[in-house]
Amino acid sequence: MFQAINNALDIALGKDPSAIIFGEDVGFGGVFRCTLGLQDKYGKDRVFNTPLCEQGIAGFGIGAAAAGSTAIAEIQFADYIFPAFDQLVNEAAKYRYRSGNTFNCGNLTVRSTWGAVGHGGLYHSQCPEAYFAHTPGLKIVVPRGALKAKGLLLSCIQDRDPCIFFEPKILYRGAVDDVPLKEYTLPLGKADILLEGDAVTLVGWGTQVHVLLEAAQLAQKELGVSCEVIDLVTILPWDRETVCNEECFLHLESPIQRVTGFDTPFPHIFEPFYLPDKWRCFDAIKKSVNY
Amino acid sequence: MAKTSLVRDVAAVACGETLSCLWDGVDRHLSSARTSITLATDDKPMFPGFSAQWTDKLHFIDPTSYGTIPVYRVLDYGGNIINSSEDPKLDQSKVVEIYHCMTLLNSMDRILYECQRQGRISFYMTHYGEEATAVGSAAAINPDDLVFAQYRETGVLMWRGYTLDQFINQCFGNCEDEGKGRMMPIHYGSKANNFVTISSPLTVQLPQVSLVRGGDIGRNNGYAISTPSHEQYRGDGIAAHGPAYGMATIRVDGNDIFAVYNATKAAREFAVKENRPVLIEALTYRIGHHSTSDDSSTYRQDSEVNQWTGASHPIARLKQYMENQGWWTEAQEKEWKQDTVNRVRKSLERCEKRLKPDWREMFYDVYEKMPDHLIDSDDSDWPRVRRSCP
Repeated sequence: MFQAINNALDIALGKDPSAIIFGEDVGFGGVFRCTLGLQDKYGKDRVFNTPLCEQGIAGFGIGAAAAGSTAIAEIQFADYIFPAFDQLVNEAAKYRYRSGNTFNCGNLTVRSTWGAVGHGGLYHSQCPEAYFAHTPGLKIVVPRGALKAKGLLLSCIQDRDPCIFFEPKILYRGAVDDVPLKEYTLPLGKADILLEGDAVTLVGWGTQVHVLLEAAQLAQKELGVSCEVIDLVTILPWDRETVCNEECFLHLESPIQRVTGFDTPFPHIFEPFYLPDKWRCFDAIKKSVNY
Repeated sequence: MAKTSLVRDVAAVACGETLSCLWDGVDRHLSSARTSITLATDDKPMFPGFSAQWTDKLHFIDPTSYGTIPVYRVLDYGGNIINSSEDPKLDQSKVVEIYHCMTLLNSMDRILYECQRQGRISFYMTHYGEEATAVGSAAAINPDDLVFAQYRETGVLMWRGYTLDQFINQCFGNCEDEGKGRMMPIHYGSKANNFVTISSPLTVQLPQVSLVRGGDIGRNNGYAISTPSHEQYRGDGIAAHGPAYGMATIRVDGNDIFAVYNATKAAREFAVKENRPVLIEALTYRIGHHSTSDDSSTYRQDSEVNQWTGASHPIARLKQYMENQGWWTEAQEKEWKQDTVNRVRKSLERCEKRLKPDWREMFYDVYEKMPDHLIDSDDSDWPRVRRSCP
């Protein structure tokens, strides 16, 4: 997946002379190799390191976008996005609205590595999308693999609203797809139905989509239950139509189950017990169908 | 080789008598180290990111061990140019234009402040005592230079031709406000005037401005609401931070329009030519209350404020200069002051009568296109706002 992201960034820089990439350590290729070779190809004034200051990175990106540049900022880990929270929530999200659409920072995309990685502990595992989901004005996207990552990232970069693109870091090397080398985009705000089913609907995003697919297989095998699996893809604005829960109140045959991480910080040694793995998802499916 | 013998002593204590068998080895190691240390003292330190010298004296750098940054000024309190080589030699029409701008701002402040007291607008912030910093710097840069401001830089917009109606429309949030009535009063913005819309969170504009690589201008007016400077920092103001970040830095008398003008003009030239940032700290005094929600007499004495309303006031000083030049008379002063008040009152009358924007403006511009969760796009009565929460 990191190669698909690298390829998307390469296309964005090649196509748009105003596009710039910046963040901590992006110059030599990034700590996850996502910006490899880009500084050599496009020069130091288009791909460059910033000081270690997340609020500065986000603010700089907003300024660049407001002045007309396509700004692609990297926050090294989603866990370290909080110093930029003020810039993203109070500034980026509200730039267009508060100025009556005279100024905007729609050309800003913030990429950040996201999610559990097996041993990341408290500060290399977090999934902070819910904090941002309460922020009108932002778009939040999480891909589930290489093919999606490239198309969605290019959409985010071209979109006229500020986007936060969370990259599941466990998939950087883990997720392998056949990815077209040419440019393509995938729609934001559109969920994917990955598996058709009629008994239970399972919704997730990022890495968890793969867990849900496994849980669905398990449910089919063990319980003879056919599950529909949906990748939400975009957290905000999310695809209500595909998921459709508000209007289907009268169709609900059991309470909605939420299988999530626990209400604790993300632990190091206990990660296997903390994650909502396929067995916990399977149990929830069982509970639902037996209700 | 004081250091080496210290190491030897420590090593000796650590080894003790019982470990003397190891001493030979330590000694041999130190002997070879001594050779390389001798070589290193002839050299400069090689730590990455520094070009410093060694010192063998233990000495803390104390803020009192070097001088403070001086305050640059051009005009004295009598409106005279102190050093003729620093005279910006602005012609009469430009100086009068600057004076007009500062005083019009002052009249607008007085009337809108009263307006807020009467509950006609919800909020206001005056610029008393700080008229020169904004107008002086605006006059020194190009009209297409992008300005990111806090909220006491209205003079920049006024200098660039933003009209009284435009200011007052914003304060009333009426249907002609470019911002569509969404922001609190004084949060002006203008694409046409290259003035990025003001927002309330403090200093957020600072990293946004980095891209522009212009001069950063700090207004140091002695207070942050009620907090005096000595509770905000212990160093030599804001200017002392500049060199630490590798920035060209200057401190100016913010009540001296020509000092502000000269410093900003030079800073602009330097920044554009060298592609390097400049920091200007303009020292002023916040004569007015912090805002209409603040009574500054609860934390400072009237006598303190009064020191700043006399000859040191930026408007008084420029007026004195103009009078010295024979460019301005008391009669002109009287007529102009009345004119500004009339203009603001007339604008106020017009703007106050205007309707508020269509209520549906509340839902636009959150995103470039209105997302489905804000509206029922299939409703014929579009845009009917969703009644239920998503």
